[in-house]
Amino acid sequence: MDNESTYSGYSYKSSQSRSSRKHRDRRDRHRSKSRDSSIRDKSVTIQAPGEPLLDAESTRGDDRDDNWGETTTVVTGTSVDSVSNEDLTRLKDLEDSSPLQCRRFLGPALGGVLGLFALVTPLAFLALPQLLWRDTLEPCGTPCEGLYISLAFKLLILLISTWALFLRPPRATLPRFFIFRCLLLALVFLFVASYWLFYGVRVLEPRETDYRGIVGYAASLVDALLFIQYLALVLLEVRHLQPAFCLKVVRTTDGASRFYNVGHLSIQRAAVWLLDQYYNDFPVYNPALLNLPKSILSKKMSAFKVYNLGEENSTNNSTGQSRTMIAAASRKRDNSHTEYYYEEAEVERRVRKRKARLVVAVEEAFTHIKRHQDDEGSVSSPKHPREVMDPREAAQAIFAPMARAMQKYLRATRQQSYHSMESIINHLQFCITHSMTPKAFLELYLSPGPTLQYLDTSRGRQWTLVSEEPVTSALRQGQVFSLRRLDFSLVVTVTPLPFLNLGEEFIDPKRHKFVMKMQSETSV
Amino acid sequence: MSNFIPGQPLVAVVQRIEIKKLRQGDNLILGFSIGGGIDQDPGQNPFSDDKADKGIYVTRITPGGPAETADLRMGDKIMQVNGYDMTMMTHDQARKRLTKKNEDVVRLLVTRKSLEEAVKNSMGGYQRQ
Repeated sequence: MDNESTYSGYSYKSSQSRSSRKHRDRRDRHRSKSRDSSIRDKSVTIQAPGEPLLDAESTRGDDRDDNWGETTTVVTGTSVDSVSNEDLTRLKDLEDSSPLQCRRFLGPALGGVLGLFALVTPLAFLALPQLLWRDTLEPCGTPCEGLYISLAFKLLILLISTWALFLRPPRATLPRFFIFRCLLLALVFLFVASYWLFYGVRVLEPRETDYRGIVGYAASLVDALLFIQYLALVLLEVRHLQPAFCLKVVRTTDGASRFYNVGHLSIQRAAVWLLDQYYNDFPVYNPALLNLPKSILSKKMSAFKVYNLGEENSTNNSTGQSRTMIAAASRKRDNSHTEYYYEEAEVERRVRKRKARLVVAVEEAFTHIKRHQDDEGSVSSPKHPREVMDPREAAQAIFAPMARAMQKYLRATRQQSYHSMESIINHLQFCITHSMTPKAFLELYLSPGPTLQYLDTSRGRQWTLVSEEPVTSALRQGQVFSLRRLDFSLVVTVTPLPFLNLGEEFIDPKRHKFVMKMQSETSV
Repeated sequence: MSNFIPGQPLVAVVQRIEIKKLRQGDNLILGFSIGGGIDQDPGQNPFSDDKADKGIYVTRITPGGPAETADLRMGDKIMQVNGYDMTMMTHDQARKRLTKKNEDVVRLLVTRKSLEEAVKNSMGGYQRQ
């Protein structure tokens, strides 16, 4: 693998990628390769999660005994049975997320330096003549002071708006340059540089004495900086607000899908925005929830043996063999769909039963404690002093009766890897502190929440953007790109929003008239 | 009241009823009330078999009136009045046809379910022979 940054982007279009890769290489000279090597080292051990491991997990869950403190064992590639589920997810987390490094501040730091330089320039323009040839300067009266004031306030406004808009820690590192930002930085640099050039030639060299002109020059620089900031605001923040495309995002492992409306963005910016929404909207991916149990799927193919009755070419043999097996397997009357149906009904019934037990246990446990009001301190008799506990102790006290029901429920819904005993007690403490009802306490466990809930947000997440077009190109109809992680990926399809032809029809409110459906009777 | 398909010829067993109008004050009355018509809601008709039938039905007979003496019954569907077809009439047109001032007698062709059954029974008896 060649020189790659934290987020690697693959693209297969040759010309554009070559030139930008050159830029990227120059930038990446400082970046260390320790990250890549660590990936390669760890990949040997993480190769283990495949089909056999998941089977071991899912069957072991039922006969594991009820103790929360799992003993950890060594993870190797060959010994499949000795890994515990929590170890696996912990390692996976370490693997997927990266410690937030200072590298991500490089780009914004560059922009910050340039901005500071641009802000200091007008002051330098004003100060340098005063410092260098003060005595020969023409005094300028009121017009100068007006210019001073306007200069000062415009600089203040520039400062405040720069702070408000641009001085934010970046939330993502993009694989390619963010084109608009680079354009704006280049523009500011060119602009300030040309002003300095003219200043140097026209003012510093001949020691210009017209101070009012110099002040006017500095004021025009500040005006132009304000306009550049307006341009930046429009390009970076406003242009993509009007929706133009609809992105369909599908997760490859379980088919969870969403539709989002975005404006005119480049692919990489759209990807970042999409990932923000992903952590919010998509239910957490639980690898333990498989679609079909292996017992049902594997039965079909192994029931046939194919005999070759003639002289045939060996290369045709295998494809012909598999094709006949598939055809025979499909023709045989198999009842795997009924098995699947009954198994699913059984699982659902079990989950519902355990959920009922859990709800009852939690409700009952919550009745054991109540909030202690300070003003009724004297009411309790001295013979039965009530022990006053803080939330942590209260949580531990009522955790015991519901622990078993909770554990069984988490096992049934395969969520046990997301909630350890410690985290449950913490959540219980949180709920007790805020006077929540049992139902509010249970909402964390009864439905799989968004992925954000289960994340450790102090670490970054690594995603790979896979696309057939350069990732700085704008979104177009029919584009497909995908965002990949280690074990799943999100496939994104772009469709433009339809053009809306809105017509008008005016209805006079007096035109709303109704008649009864009649059955009149007339006597003749 | 056989199945009524709009636009198709209708076959029904009818009975001829002749009603002499009775003069009451300024009006000539017949002594019954009609309901139905193509501009009315056929679903509310209690007498029709097919709730899409928009024909004219007799809804009430005044006791002792000319209609009762002429053996008109409640629930009869009026097919013709003096030769004019009544199966595709609005309610008002039907009323006008029945209350023409220059006519003293109206000759109706009416159909009712019991007629069909009677015919079926008699025919069945005939066929059994």
